[in-house]
Amino acid sequence: MQIDLRTVAIEPLRLTFDHIARRLGPDRQPSRYQEGTLDIQPCDNLQYRPTWDPARQLYDPARTRIVMRDWYAFKDPRQYYYGAWTMARARQQEAVESSFALFESRDLGSLIPAETRHTALQLLLPLRHVAYAANLNNTAMCAYGYGTAVTQPCMFQAMDQLGIAQYLTQIGLLLGDSADLDDGRNRWLGDGRWQELRRLVENTLVQKDWFELLVAQNLVIDGLLYPLVYQQVIDKRLAAAGGVSLTVLTAFMNDWFSEAARWVDATIKTAAAESPANAALITAWIARWKQRASDALEPVAELALGESAASVMEHLNLALEARCARLGVPLAKEAA
Amino acid sequence: MDMKVKKKLALKEKFALMTRGLAWETSYEPMEAVYPQMAYEGLRIHNWDAWEDPFRMTMDAYWKYQAEKERKLYAIIDAFAQNNGHLGVTDARYINALKIFLSAVPMLEYNAHRGFARLGREMRGVGPQIACQMQAIDELRHAQTQIHSLSNYNRFYNGFHDWKHMSDRVWYLSVPKSFFEDACTCGPFEFIIAISFSFEYVLTNLVFMPFISGAAYNGDLGAMTFGFSAQSDEARHMTLGLEVIKFMLEQDPANLPIIQRWIDKWTWRGVRLLTIVAMLMDYMLPKRIMSWKEAWELYFEENGMALFNDLARYGIKLPDCTELIRKEKDHLSHQAWNAFYTAGMMTNFHTWIPTPEEMDWLASKYPDSFDQYYRPRFEHYRELEKAGKRFYNTSLPQLCQVCQIPMLFTEGDDPTQIAYRQVTHQGDKYHFCSDYCRDIFTHEPDKYVEAWLPAHQIFMGNCFNPGDDPSAAGFDPKKSVLDYWHIAFGRDNMDFEGSEDQKNFAAWRDQATRN
Ligand SMILES: [Fe+2]
Ligand SMILES: [Fe+2]
Repeated sequence: MQIDLRTVAIEPLRLTFDHIARRLGPDRQPSRYQEGTLDIQPCDNLQYRPTWDPARQLYDPARTRIVMRDWYAFKDPRQYYYGAWTMARARQQEAVESSFALFESRDLGSLIPAETRHTALQLLLPLRHVAYAANLNNTAMCAYGYGTAVTQPCMFQAMDQLGIAQYLTQIGLLLGDSADLDDGRNRWLGDGRWQELRRLVENTLVQKDWFELLVAQNLVIDGLLYPLVYQQVIDKRLAAAGGVSLTVLTAFMNDWFSEAARWVDATIKTAAAESPANAALITAWIARWKQRASDALEPVAELALGESAASVMEHLNLALEARCARLGVPLAKEAA
Repeated sequence: MDMKVKKKLALKEKFALMTRGLAWETSYEPMEAVYPQMAYEGLRIHNWDAWEDPFRMTMDAYWKYQAEKERKLYAIIDAFAQNNGHLGVTDARYINALKIFLSAVPMLEYNAHRGFARLGREMRGVGPQIACQMQAIDELRHAQTQIHSLSNYNRFYNGFHDWKHMSDRVWYLSVPKSFFEDACTCGPFEFIIAISFSFEYVLTNLVFMPFISGAAYNGDLGAMTFGFSAQSDEARHMTLGLEVIKFMLEQDPANLPIIQRWIDKWTWRGVRLLTIVAMLMDYMLPKRIMSWKEAWELYFEENGMALFNDLARYGIKLPDCTELIRKEKDHLSHQAWNAFYTAGMMTNFHTWIPTPEEMDWLASKYPDSFDQYYRPRFEHYRELEKAGKRFYNTSLPQLCQVCQIPMLFTEGDDPTQIAYRQVTHQGDKYHFCSDYCRDIFTHEPDKYVEAWLPAHQIFMGNCFNPGDDPSAAGFDPKKSVLDYWHIAFGRDNMDFEGSEDQKNFAAWRDQATRN
């Protein structure tokens, strides 16, 4: 049946759902982010004990030691719900696709000095595995976290990291071939330079407190790794060594990192501002993971930076410390 | 320059590098610690590399396709809202089907989202991990697009306004809630059989068809669009379901009995959940597509059978419960509508007696049951209604401990006898709607004693509006429970006839169609 409707103005009975109105007031038209996020997770009258975690409920705030009065205090400054996220990534993906196509059609790889290209492959290819672990870790945060406001962006982060692992694979195939991917994998598994990083990454994979995992992965490890690899090595060192065209291949990683950091920062800041106990926990977690991450990354940095690796790492550590201080989780100055 | 010719990779090889090439056997932590949920269900997986990716999609392709769909979908949702598309539906009774949908389905999608996130982390094998992760994100999409689409209906009609609160509380919504929370609290392999195989693969058409085709038939472009848009994801999910089951069966013959039990259990759980869909198809769509019975025959007895025939070579048998389902198909929707009509005081949607033409349609579709057992009942209700005594049953029904549906189903061979099973476990009596729900209980009693049964909870005093004092003079328990549910008395519940929705729709449509 097709009815011809004239456009008429009808006064709505209400503007949004009650659970949204209880938070925002009844007179506000919520955004799609708010309507698709707030209070969406089942939370009352949960049935059955999880066979995989019988001591807790299916959705249980006690899977981290962080305590929040309201788990919907977390906000994603990007306001990503599924549609907004996937459309934003699709736009970026188009840019990546055309960069890769240009790189290939103009054979830009052949203009890169062999040594620079070799360094790029040596550095980037084992990082496929690091990104894959970040994918698993963020998937775990979504699975075991509490409240859609914080679990939803973890799932986006997980898929973004999978995207990065796959972009790195494509870069490997652009600059080299599948033998180089095998070689990168072998170095990840056996080369001494990579073993501290692999040990660290494997340790994160058995981490049970999901918020500690968020701190370790998204704030600390990524917070050192992305600036090191994509800003310091690719954009500076390798660009200066005839590898300017490499920077277009890794532009996504830089853009993504600074965008995702806005969400990571907002999340840490909100949790820390909730209570001194939360802030103390997060500070302790940062302290636990930061030194190890820095030590693990230094031999990797040396691959590309040689002797200046130590000073670059020091600079990155200071930057991360400043970032943590801004978020309300300052690290105590270590006794010299 | 390095002039070696690159080896051209086949698509399959390239995809393998993009997925399973990313993983490694950990050595600083044991793999059992990295994947702690792989062993406890007793399933034996010897070789994860034998996994055949059911679809090959990299993230860049995923973003591209999904964003295209989202752009189109939200354009239609916006246009539908802008043009008061809700006034184009066949008749305002239809909107009540959407109220059930919103109170039940986004919550299911959400649980699926989190459940697949868990599997996306816990499955040991990159192929299934990534397939599960993509499904996790798709299910979030489904929840959100449903909420966004139906948000506009909530602005104009009652019953939608507190769906999230209701989904965790209202009596009949504990049926879908318990189904998914049951699945989500299972081990990863049982979860994937429950959701990807039994639900997505075997039953999904029976859910989609009434809602999506029903929406299309009844002039609801908005709901139709999110439905079709989700269905393209569903196609991927279904191939995952089939691949999973074949993979598990091929890994070890010892897996067969475990999987057979899960298939039996979840087919039955799923069919019980579909009771409400049966009712929706036969009673709530003003313009009908096909009867529940026809849908069951087409989608299960024909298409589903082909699937089970295909799995027979692994030793999988058709679940025993299908015989009872075959007998119930003549009765299910009528018994359910009878239950909801009489419980119309306690629902967040309106109910009504079918028109005489509708009863004739039901009689033609159910020649062996409608006139014999159900028409007299409905005509009786109509007489009461005419006399100003619309019948409302306000007593609390006994619920099945497993499916949580009120005891309304009859014995397979005697439609006048309510089926009733009972088990004593650790000194307590538990009640069941059928042999199959009883068997599920006796296999895992410790799990199902944890069920949150609304009727029991009300009797225990756990469902009164916070702040109400049951010992105070004049305390009205029924009112207090409705308040606890956030059902607005006289607006959300009761008969469609005389409802605010009915009046508003008529007035608005009149306004929009007058020249
Ligand atoms: Fe879905
Ligand atoms: Fe039952």
